[in-house]
Amino acid sequence: MIRFEKRKDASKLFTVFAPFMSVLFALATAAVIMLFAGINPIAAYAGMLNESLGSFYGISETLVKSTPLILTGLGVSIAFRMKIWNIGAEGQLYMGAMGASYVALNSGLTGFVGLAAMFVMAAVFGGIWAGISGFLKAKANVNEIIVTLLMNYIAIAWVSYLVYGPWKDPNGFNFPLTPRFSPDLVLSTFFNTRLHTGFIIALALVAVMYIFMEKTVWGYEIKVIGNNPKAAKYAGISIDRKIIGVMFISGALAGIAGFGEAAGVQGRLQEGISHGYGYTAIIVAWLAGRSAIGVFIVSVIMAVILVGGDSLQILMQLPVAFVNLFQGLILFFILASDFLIQNKPVMKRSGK
Amino acid sequence: MIEILLFATIKAGTPLLFATLGAILMERSGVINLGVEGLMLVGALTGFAAAHTADSLFIGVIAAFFAAMAAGAIHGFICVYLRGNQIVSGLSLTMFGIGITSLFGRSFVGLTIAGFSKVEIPVLSKIPYIGQAIFNQDVLVYFSIILVAAMHIFLYRTKTGLYLRSVGENPGAADTSGINVGLYRMSAVLVGSGLAGIGGAYLSLAYTPFWVENMTAGRGWIAVALVIFAQWNSTRAMAGAYLFGGINAVQLRMQAMGTSLSPHLLMMLPYLFTIAVLVMATLRLEKGSTPEPEALGTAYDREDRK
Amino acid sequence: MEALLKVESVVKTFPGVKALDGVCLNVYQGEIHTLLGENGAGKSTLMNVLNGLYSPDSGNLLINGQPYIFRSPKDSIKAGIGMVHQHFMLVYNHTVFENILLAVSDLPFWLDKKKLRIRIKEIVDRFGLSIDLDEPIRKLSIGQQQWVELIKLLIRDCKVLILDEPTAVLTPQESDRLFGFLKRFKEEGRSVIFISHKMREVMELSDRVTVLKKGTTVKELARGEFDENVLAGLMIGTDEIPVWEREKKQFTENVLTIEHLFADKEKNMSDLIDFSLELRKGEILGIAGVAGNGQKTLAEVLTGLKPPVSGKIFADGKDITNADSRKAYIAGIAHVPEDRKSMGIAPEMTVDENLILKSYKEKPFRKFIFQNFKAIKENAEKQIADFAIKAGPKGTPIRLLSGGNIQKVIIARELSMRPSVLVALYPTRGLDMGSAEYVHKVIMDARKDNMSTIVISEDLDELLKLSDRIAVMFRGRITGIVDPEHTSREEIGLLMSGETVQ
Repeated sequence: MIRFEKRKDASKLFTVFAPFMSVLFALATAAVIMLFAGINPIAAYAGMLNESLGSFYGISETLVKSTPLILTGLGVSIAFRMKIWNIGAEGQLYMGAMGASYVALNSGLTGFVGLAAMFVMAAVFGGIWAGISGFLKAKANVNEIIVTLLMNYIAIAWVSYLVYGPWKDPNGFNFPLTPRFSPDLVLSTFFNTRLHTGFIIALALVAVMYIFMEKTVWGYEIKVIGNNPKAAKYAGISIDRKIIGVMFISGALAGIAGFGEAAGVQGRLQEGISHGYGYTAIIVAWLAGRSAIGVFIVSVIMAVILVGGDSLQILMQLPVAFVNLFQGLILFFILASDFLIQNKPVMKRSGK
Repeated sequence: MIEILLFATIKAGTPLLFATLGAILMERSGVINLGVEGLMLVGALTGFAAAHTADSLFIGVIAAFFAAMAAGAIHGFICVYLRGNQIVSGLSLTMFGIGITSLFGRSFVGLTIAGFSKVEIPVLSKIPYIGQAIFNQDVLVYFSIILVAAMHIFLYRTKTGLYLRSVGENPGAADTSGINVGLYRMSAVLVGSGLAGIGGAYLSLAYTPFWVENMTAGRGWIAVALVIFAQWNSTRAMAGAYLFGGINAVQLRMQAMGTSLSPHLLMMLPYLFTIAVLVMATLRLEKGSTPEPEALGTAYDREDRK
Repeated sequence: MEALLKVESVVKTFPGVKALDGVCLNVYQGEIHTLLGENGAGKSTLMNVLNGLYSPDSGNLLINGQPYIFRSPKDSIKAGIGMVHQHFMLVYNHTVFENILLAVSDLPFWLDKKKLRIRIKEIVDRFGLSIDLDEPIRKLSIGQQQWVELIKLLIRDCKVLILDEPTAVLTPQESDRLFGFLKRFKEEGRSVIFISHKMREVMELSDRVTVLKKGTTVKELARGEFDENVLAGLMIGTDEIPVWEREKKQFTENVLTIEHLFADKEKNMSDLIDFSLELRKGEILGIAGVAGNGQKTLAEVLTGLKPPVSGKIFADGKDITNADSRKAYIAGIAHVPEDRKSMGIAPEMTVDENLILKSYKEKPFRKFIFQNFKAIKENAEKQIADFAIKAGPKGTPIRLLSGGNIQKVIIARELSMRPSVLVALYPTRGLDMGSAEYVHKVIMDARKDNMSTIVISEDLDELLKLSDRIAVMFRGRITGIVDPEHTSREEIGLLMSGETVQ
């Protein structure tokens, strides 16, 4: 009989390789599912890899997609560190994009000042949007998972309202989008690709958040709260204020992702400005073990899957939502591998 | 007018009712399932596909139940036997559900079936104002109402119900009383997931008898919120589900009557309302004793040394 | 005569710990069998093996000579073994009635509540217990909760009853009542396994004693073969107990004066009702009482974790009840919390990080907004050396330390802030004798430096040994203050059950 026994220390080898193994197992399982759906998985994976990493342009696209993932992933991670579940990065991204667009379309600011104002507004809108659920959690202990999630639907509907209604481009042939921002309010791009300055901002924020989470007194407080709220209270840390503050930062990061999408990728606000980045961020944060550096690495891996998944839409007429299957499977396998990290199988005779 | 609105309310509330009852069953055993949204999608697609293929609505409902059960089994296995994080597992289940239904649903988009038709209950349906609204619905509506009563009786009048509640409150106490904690939790997850699947099937077989990608549109999440509103109680779940059905019905009615309000703003209403109700329900919880199962969300490990 | 229950060389390992290392036990029919041993000797682990919760790595279990393998508590119940756990296995939100139903073996699918109620009432009445069946468990006192656990065992008609430190939560008078029941069970032909380390109880009750140490059986003795000294010797072995003299002191100044304090009720706990107390500079004030009579609330109010409803607190003559100065003053009150694992530490964080939990914002550990890792490390090295903490390799999460070492970390941290007042709740609960002695010594040393200490404990021996005065709490009030040198256990026991002295 095989039984599982607890390990004294988590297996180091497993801890490092588990995320990668989980991705591989998820791909294998998805392959079986594709076979059932009448799709050739090998062709599909080859197409995915080719699209995302097979060319200079492909790689640049992968980095473009990794940008919002890094930012939302950082946001979700810092909340996770406090055991606060921010499932609302998607909505916060939309609100951030809206804040940036508001400045771009209405303020009359130009150049660097304009972009800086857009950046700040995006962070503030995203931050407030998340801060609402942080406030409700801190003051009334309202379940933040459900609130952040439902607020996604509200944010998305709100942006739809704007781009179908008051903000609609009069010359846009009735498409749900705003007029283009003036060229000096669009982030500059590199090497004739869509890779924009937002990526550099994301990298800088990885460094900032690393220092914030690992080296500062606030990072310490967040760790204590996440680890044992009672001990935090006992140590004199005001938990309520930290929850609201961390949720604000978490949302601000997602809002900055929205700034990047609006000012960097699209140059305008439009319906469907995020391809579920806010949801993917949850996987990114979990796979990365809530570390800033990890978020960067995992974001790139997930971006490969996203870009590849998009290509299947064209190559094999698969729906965009198909990528969710990979994401769900990866998380399932990560959870299963957690069990093997904590426990080891042993052969055991039952009784004598 | 009232009759039409009431009729639409019940119809819109029924998928939520099934899903909420399923979620209550799971949470009563101590397992939180954020995968209800995914399970509803699995149920909606499987139900539609089976009903279309076999040309039988009944087979559709059964298929939805078992398909969602199979998907829920992943969550159950991870949470109960691998002691994985229930929140992450539930989110994965939702993603999995969205992804897999988008893949297999491709060939069913645009097809139609004849959905469940009304069954008029004699005498009762003649009650003025409400008779036609309540007693001239489809069989799944009647089934959901019976289920509300059945679940209440199950939880409070039977041995199995008592054991299930104990498992959700204090698995250690249940275990030392000789109750198989894992079995109870797994069974609750399986049956609860199946019910969520029927909730999804109601959408694709009765509410709008066709399949479109992501047709649940967040109803699974509203169901999870309704569990808190309902204080883990099946009869209150009915009130909650119909309350949201009502908002939905009013919203659709306003759209149909051609108000000047943007449909996108009207679409926000159910979500705004859910948050408001959740806040109120939570504030009320804080005051008195909590009806929340004490072990909700925590894995049970017999050999864990405290 | 053959043993009813026989345990043969059972081994059980947990990650990194060999909790049972070939333990043996023989329990005969109709006897009260005491299991004696220090904390960590493996008593509870062995009982959890008998209860079917832990499955042993190796070894045999025989009942009436037949080998048994318990795969789950269900098998153990079938074999007629019942247990009252140290932490009760009760569903707190359910009623007494529903909890007892869990123990009914032939429960029908449809619950006929009327019929079942009559059956349960019968057993409750037979033992002369007065318990309202419809009351939820969380509203009962700890003593009453224990009756519910006992009723559950009686409903199951157990042949072997295991009680894991049942008297820890009872007043001496309640304990006596329990012992009455245990003797009655014995006369009915049942066997009782009784776990305790209170010597007097062991002497009063036991027909047979098995002494455990470090997971093995040291000795099995029948009545007549043991006395207190023999048992103490076997239990502690060769460990030496340091002896120290308490220096006489005169106390003049008050550091803390509490007047007519009221505090809110918490779940299961009595609040503070019109509570007044004075703490003098340099004294150790013991507070005796059964857990749950307001001690925890008192500690939380004093340390600023909970605001009082009314009343006054004076420190050095200044009213600090609500004033801003309270915050600053509270910083000078160290707090060793009741539940060290759930409140005193952040379990996944390292020993170094836990040692600065209270002072991470203070000067050496913080540079501007950054943490000063060098200072944090140096502080840890010093405290680990000073308090002889076995902290394991660098970066070990504190949860992997033993209970005694965790407690040392907490005490080291609290005292490193040079507090003027220390509030210590159950500071040696669950510690082995060596660690407990060490904790006592540290508190006595701080007394020499004129620190005032409030020691809240349910261990009378500890209080009698340490305290300059002992105050007794019952239901949120002080029922009396006694001088440890001129009091008796009986006097304190009476005060603990609410009798006030004239």
